[in-house]
Amino acid sequence: MTAIEATPPLLEVEDLRVEFDTYGGTVKAVRGVGFAIEAGRTLAIVGESGCGKSVTVQTLMGLVPMPPGRLTAGRARLRGRDILGPQSADAEEFRGNEIGMIFQDPMVSLNPTMTVGRQIAETLEVHRGWSRHRAFARAIELLDLVRIPNAAQRARQYPFEFSGGMQQRAMIAMAIACEPAVLIADEPTTALDVTIQAQVLDLLAELQRTEGTAIILITHDLGVVARMADEVAVMYAGQIVEHGSVDDIFYRPAHPYTVGLQAAMPSNRSGAEHRLQPIEGSPPDLFSPPVGCAYAARCPHAMRICAERDPPRFYRAAGHFGRCWLNHDAVPDGARILRAAAAGPTVETDR
Amino acid sequence: MSAADPLIVADRLTKHFDLSRGRKVHAVDGVSLTIHEREIVGLVGESGSGKSTFGKALVGLLPKTAGTVSYRGEVLPQTYKVADFRRHATAMQLIFQDPYSSLNPRMTVGEIIGEGLRLHRRLSAGDIREKVASWLRRVGLEPDHMSRYPHEFSGGQRQRIGIARALILEPEFVVCDEPISALDVSVQAQVVNLLEELQASMGLTLLFIAHDLSMVRYVSDRMAVMYLGSLVEIGPAAEVFFNPRHPYTEILIASNPQPDPQIERKRQAIALSGEIPSPVNVGAGCRFAGRCPFTMDVCRSVTPQLLPVPDHPDHFVACHLDR
Repeated sequence: MTAIEATPPLLEVEDLRVEFDTYGGTVKAVRGVGFAIEAGRTLAIVGESGCGKSVTVQTLMGLVPMPPGRLTAGRARLRGRDILGPQSADAEEFRGNEIGMIFQDPMVSLNPTMTVGRQIAETLEVHRGWSRHRAFARAIELLDLVRIPNAAQRARQYPFEFSGGMQQRAMIAMAIACEPAVLIADEPTTALDVTIQAQVLDLLAELQRTEGTAIILITHDLGVVARMADEVAVMYAGQIVEHGSVDDIFYRPAHPYTVGLQAAMPSNRSGAEHRLQPIEGSPPDLFSPPVGCAYAARCPHAMRICAERDPPRFYRAAGHFGRCWLNHDAVPDGARILRAAAAGPTVETDR
Repeated sequence: MSAADPLIVADRLTKHFDLSRGRKVHAVDGVSLTIHEREIVGLVGESGSGKSTFGKALVGLLPKTAGTVSYRGEVLPQTYKVADFRRHATAMQLIFQDPYSSLNPRMTVGEIIGEGLRLHRRLSAGDIREKVASWLRRVGLEPDHMSRYPHEFSGGQRQRIGIARALILEPEFVVCDEPISALDVSVQAQVVNLLEELQASMGLTLLFIAHDLSMVRYVSDRMAVMYLGSLVEIGPAAEVFFNPRHPYTEILIASNPQPDPQIERKRQAIALSGEIPSPVNVGAGCRFAGRCPFTMDVCRSVTPQLLPVPDHPDHFVACHLDR
């Protein structure tokens, strides 16, 4: 046990802060995000559009154009070695090699003027220095691995000849070409039908089982989170407002925003139905984030302190925190409020 | 289920698209569906199953190849002419999937929402402004949003604009073509609740097309499942969702991840292999036969008919296994 604790986590991100300069001012898109992930584990990052989840991982991949973007604080280490900022001389070596990424929209992420096989092979030529011939042969094997039928023939086709599900598999093949230790999947199944989504999720889970890949899965679909994640980070307005195991997040939430996301979805429990409860209002303006809790303006349980002081991390258990004042000892029924809200107003219906 | 009168009856509605060299895309092939007054029917299926084409053919946006659609007993024209749109557009409307491409970026929100009134009602400009303002309030926006352009709004707000545009003529029947697919979870709930409130207060009849099965079950009275241009199952929404009878429905529902880790851990992997086949020149037999885990000889030669499930007179399934 002590030996395990002594080794640094596979990927560790600390206090990441990213800003963008725009004509309207400076947008504080990521405001102090930190997490760690181990080999063979899946961390899901959930949150609404604009919460900073994509900017967080794009920063790790070096995909945020700077300027207008700016990294104002934070570090990220892969096996203890810095991959961000001025300390990291060999950042290009990590990106696409040890950290692979799958994008949301395969149609716009693949190059329409190159055959699918060549695009996959290119990764191997750049990072491994393989010959064109050897890399292309491996690209065919990879397409076969992600279960594209007639891989040898398909490798010579262009992206438009692939269906949406096959394009996403081709993206996965490209991302895993260099056998990355960490695979970042940014909404990998949002554009796909449920049946194809199930195939892609099964494929990712199998790759993880056989290769021990760590997966960072960005999604707003709580069903996908429940299926895939070991751990969940809930992001709101550029911060992680709750982090815990998948069971913590679904059964013992420590933040009203987590509760709100669940109450906004149909539950599918046979015989029991709750009316969908939308989260009223919209996320705060990140040009000038509020002084206190960013969620206070939309929170049904907001107290005076919420508008005045940003809540710290309140740990409910090892590895499970919520940044919400309801978890404070001085709020005697805080835990009860969160628990009651999590259950939702369940009523019988005759539908 | 209430014994309400049928409002819309599609009888063997067929829509083929011609390709070169005599090939045809069988987008919708002989779909019969009766929608009763004040009913919400959910229509699910994969991309390419023909559900949007069916919705568009119902309201006359696409000419029909064969079959009929009747509205309150009156058979609607096969191909709409300008006069037909004038006559029927006030009764039947459509809410589109993409709140970005379905609003004209060069028109103000007031012009977009009021356009139907200008074309179909003899109202003064002042009356139109007043009605548009009251509809903006009704869908949760502000009357002074009227002079703004679509790009100034978020996706959820744009979808509200699309809803106001469709409902301002107070139609009876609205086809909602994936109205929430492009929205965030919390915004989806806002839009679904808004649609439900308006449905109840205006007595609307809805065809709710979506691929989010949980949401369709939640919203709909009845749920219809489409595969490659045909209906394979239809029945009360909860019954179809919790007791599916067609192997395709079963796989579709089992593929739908539940927001509950305990349920997900117990799930057996039953991912459907392959993808929806091409709807070009479909032959005889069950269209699902090529992917179905229970295919028999009869499935490849005889097209199964949509027949009632024994002891469930309002639950229909088109599968030889159920005979």
